[in-house]
Amino acid sequence: MSTAVAAGLLVVGTAFLTVSAIGSIRLPDFFTRAHAVAKSETLGLFLVVLGLAVHHGLAAATPRLLFIAFFALIANATAMHAVARAAMRSGHRPLSETPP
Amino acid sequence: MIGHHDSVVVRVIGSLFVPFVLVFGIYVIAHGHYGPGGGFAGGVILTVGVALLRITVGEEESYRRFPLLVGPVAMLVGMFAFVALGLLPLVTGGAFLDYAAVPGTDLEPSRLRYLGILVAEVAIGLAVFGALLWIFDSLVGRRL
Repeated sequence: MSTAVAAGLLVVGTAFLTVSAIGSIRLPDFFTRAHAVAKSETLGLFLVVLGLAVHHGLAAATPRLLFIAFFALIANATAMHAVARAAMRSGHRPLSETPP
Repeated sequence: MIGHHDSVVVRVIGSLFVPFVLVFGIYVIAHGHYGPGGGFAGGVILTVGVALLRITVGEEESYRRFPLLVGPVAMLVGMFAFVALGLLPLVTGGAFLDYAAVPGTDLEPSRLRYLGILVAEVAIGLAVFGALLWIFDSLVGRRL
């Protein structure tokens, strides 16, 4: 049962990571790419780590995996916030605001 | 000269993360003699923690918590501890860094090697942390 749950979490997490990777290549400007990387990659990483934690059960590795998930959840969003803010301040504008 | 980051999110999260990063660096150093990790990787993680403090909360606060002298002092203490540990076995006729020949204990050689590697990893971690922090402080224009 826990193997099935773990496998499901891993597959869904990998799907999110794949979508995020495709998005960071295919999307047109910096801010949409930042959006793809910040959101779906954070969720994908969270699901993959959660799947590994379910797979291990009550082992010594589980608290460490949950710590990784928790800190990745906060740090990814904060880092992307800082990068997007720096891009805005250094003159990048979203594609929708620039004249064609 | 670096001021504090202008986003309150980055300031708060940065200063909240620093203790956890430092604890993780110590954990990596302490694991170095029987698992992945070691003095080099742990020292770099310690430096990353302090550098994160330097670039998020600003100069006054970060130099109050980790003064400019921390870098050179940690580097010199680590390097001298490592060299002293390496030279210690020479007293009883062992080779350089041959921890089993460290004089003054009645521990068995395998145990002595185990402890010797741990002390060497801690010394390397201190030296790497101090040197990299000193490099960072020099790059942002702070001098002793």
